[in-house]
Parts: sequence; C-alpha cells; structure tokens
Amino acid sequence: MSTSVSLSLRDVHLAFGRNQVLRGVDLDVARGATACVIGPSGSGKSTLLRTVNRLLEPDRGDVLLDGRSVLGDDPDALRQRVGMVFQQFNLFPHMSVLRNITLALRRIRKLGEDEAVAVARTHLDRVGLAAKADARPAHLSGGQQQRVAIARALAMQPQVMLFDEATSALDPELVKGVLAVLADLSAQGMTMVVVTHEMGFAREVADQVAFMDAGVVLEAGEPGAVFEAARHPRLRRFLSQVL
Amino acid sequence: MDPLRTLWETFFDWESMREALPDMLTVGLPNTLILAVTAALLGSALGILLAVAGISRTRWLRWPARVYTDVFRGLPAAATILLIGVGLAPLGMQVWGPNPYPLGILALSLIASAYIGEIFRSGIQSVEATQLEAARALGFSWGEAMRMVIIPQGIRRILPAWVNQLIALIKDSSLVYFLGLLASQRELFRIGQDYAANTGNQSALLLAGLFYLALTVPLTHVVNWIDRRLRHGRPATGPAGDDPDDLDLALPGAAGGNQR
Repeated sequence: MSTSVSLSLRDVHLAFGRNQVLRGVDLDVARGATACVIGPSGSGKSTLLRTVNRLLEPDRGDVLLDGRSVLGDDPDALRQRVGMVFQQFNLFPHMSVLRNITLALRRIRKLGEDEAVAVARTHLDRVGLAAKADARPAHLSGGQQQRVAIARALAMQPQVMLFDEATSALDPELVKGVLAVLADLSAQGMTMVVVTHEMGFAREVADQVAFMDAGVVLEAGEPGAVFEAARHPRLRRFLSQVL
Repeated sequence: MDPLRTLWETFFDWESMREALPDMLTVGLPNTLILAVTAALLGSALGILLAVAGISRTRWLRWPARVYTDVFRGLPAAATILLIGVGLAPLGMQVWGPNPYPLGILALSLIASAYIGEIFRSGIQSVEATQLEAARALGFSWGEAMRMVIIPQGIRRILPAWVNQLIALIKDSSLVYFLGLLASQRELFRIGQDYAANTGNQSALLLAGLFYLALTVPLTHVVNWIDRRLRHGRPATGPAGDDPDDLDLALPGAAGGNQR
C-alpha cells in the first residue's frame, strides 16, 4: 500500500444553483485515521466526499492533502491519489471483474498487461474474490460487486479512500463482508472518509465521527463522545432515531 | 384479354427476369452493397462525432450538431441526394473527375449520419451517469472515460437501431440513380428500371425488389435476434471471457424502427 496522507477540508462551500448544499464544512482526518460522516439524507455528506476528489468543485474553501491544497492540481492526477467507492458499486458491466481492475492500471498507472493482472489478482485476493476474476459483474452478488469496487480503487494505490454509503444498497446479510474489508483497511492505516448509516461500524472502527446536517459539520469527535455524550440537540435527535 | 394473365405477364415474366439476372448479380448487387455499407461506415464515423458534440457541455458544439441533425433528418433523402450530387458536382469534378458515384456515397453518408448520430446519442445517454463518475473517480479523463466505458456500453444497446439504419440505407441507395450513373455503377433498382423501360415489362423491377427483400428481411431478423439477446441476456456459459459480443445488458427500447 502506498503511504497514506492527512486530509483537511477548510470552510468548503458548494451550491447547486440556489440550493446551498455545503455551507462551510471543516474536517480534519489525520494520516491513517478513519473518519465516519453520519447525518440525515440530504445533509450534504455525499456532496462533501465529491469535493475531496473534485468530482464536484467547491465554490469556496480549500481541500488539503498532507497540508497542501489540491484545488490547483490536475483533477485526474488528484483522483489517482484519492480512491472512491460508491453506493451502487458502479463496476463496468461490459468487462470482466479482472478487467474492471486492470483497465485503469494499464491506462493510467501504465503497467504492462502481466503486471496489471498480477496487481489486480493480489487485490481481488485481498477482498476474498480471487475466484471471480473472470466473472462479469452482473453474475456477482451486491456484496461481491462492492468488494470488487474496493479492490479496483485500492489497486490504484490511493493515499486516501472515500466511501459513499458503500453498504446502503446491500442486502443485510451482505453488509458484514464489506464492512469487514473496510475495518481491515482502516486497521492497516489507510486514511479513510466513510459516509455511512452503519452506526455500529462508526462506533467500532472510526477514529473520528462527524455529524453533518444542512451542509455543515455540527459536531465531530471520537465515537464515544459523539455517540454517548452528544452535545448538539440535533445530533441527539438524530441518534435517537437511528440507534 | 384475360386481365389476370396480363397482370401475371407484367410482373412474372420469367424470360425478362432471367435476362436481367446476370446484371443484377454482377453489377447491381455489388453496387447496392458498396453504396449502403460505405455510407453506413462513413455515416457511423460522422454519427459518433455528432453524438459526442450533441451531448457536449459547450453550446458551440451542441448547436451545430443539432442544426445538422435537424436539416439532414428533415429533408427528403431524394432532395439531399440531388442537392449534393448536382450541387457539388463541379467540386467533385476537380477531385475525382466526372463521376457521380462518390457524391452519391457522400450524400447517403450525410443523411445516415444524422440518424445514426441520434441513435448513438440516445445510446450514450442511456448509460447511467454513475458510470462516468466512477471512471472519472479512477482518474480517467472525460475523453478516456467516454471511449473506454461509456461508448462501448452505449453501442451495444443501440445495435438493433443501427442495423435498422443499415436497412434504410440499403433501400435509400436506390435513390442514387438520380445522379446518372455509368452502366457499371448501376445499383439494383436502376438495373431493374432500365430493363423495365426497355421491355415495357415490370418483371425485372420486381426481381430487383426481391433482391432488396433478400437483403433486408434477414437483417430485420438479425435486429430481432440482437434485441432478444440484449433483453434476456445470453444463457450462462460459465465464466465469461472478454469477447465483445457478450451482450448481457438491459436494454432501453433499442429496436426503434427507421423513422424516415
């Protein structure tokens, strides 16, 4: 794994037309730490993740990796440093599992075919799907597809990983396997931002939990502090509904 | 005279058909195929450009693509072929001499590209936006993401509509006769028409019609077959390879017939 880096968001604002989705978000994730972002639907969690790898450009504020702003960087180069996993997996359905992973390895990391395949197989093995290399995504369960998506992102040797509700589209019995992969990754020191509704996961795995509502981080802190001693009434109300 | 017998002799005079058959096979059929297939290829190449321009974020690409499509879809094919074939003849004269054949192909290609561009555009737009997002998140540029992820998926979905367009082109290639082709350049319809005019008997024209049907009817069945496969996926045959015709995708109403 390549060395992970710290991530900071400073006063990030973003509007879609008149709809102000992010209203000044601050978040610091130390190198190798896992931050879980929780909050109600529409609070701006997914939008926030997309400003980190600049799938969405913030209107104002700054995004820093290792203390250095990335807003002036080439977005494509930035996205090689920041891996992302989506709610709907978004595997490429017209390619085998293996090729889903080797495509970017070959085209972007410029690896030769043999090396790309070797790297891809290593990462498939890591998520427990070495046997599915030749299958099409459609022939995999949701949980398996999501693990392939994680392997695909990790194969690019990112320094930060973003997870956008990675288990929300999964049947309950498939959630565990994906969360285990995330916990494993967190334990290995990957810097991670995990948008999730899995409060148990956040409590056990996160170094930091940030509660977002209406485009700002209302409260952030260690899981214990956030879950057991929430100060903000909005957070207390949210927790009473989801726990 | 027995009217039925007259009708029969007008359309089913075997002697007239036999006379026209060699020209149909050696001249008409190859020319029809050359006109249709070349126009399909050129039209598809131009159609891809039109489709990409049509979904571009810059209006300076989007609008010209829109206008082009509206004009060439809106004009009768016969008018376009005449306008291009006659209008550009002086220019063609300088490039390839007094030969209307390339201009016929050009006109057919321009018409086809307007339809094929729309087919491609709908195919590309039918691919979920999240696919583009996922490809961009991996570090692919917009162009690479389109080329390697979006367009390959879109093209599979529009194959039936594309084959329909090929059928339309086979039929429209008959209109090139307006341009006054050399004897060796005549396509099926023109040969049938010539024989019909010389003999006063329509049987050769009917034979030309049969040739068209022999080309188009199997193609319509190819369309239906592709369509079925796209809808239901092909039967599982164990681990799938990377073969490009593995069409196990859902399909958004791809068999949209020819609207001309």
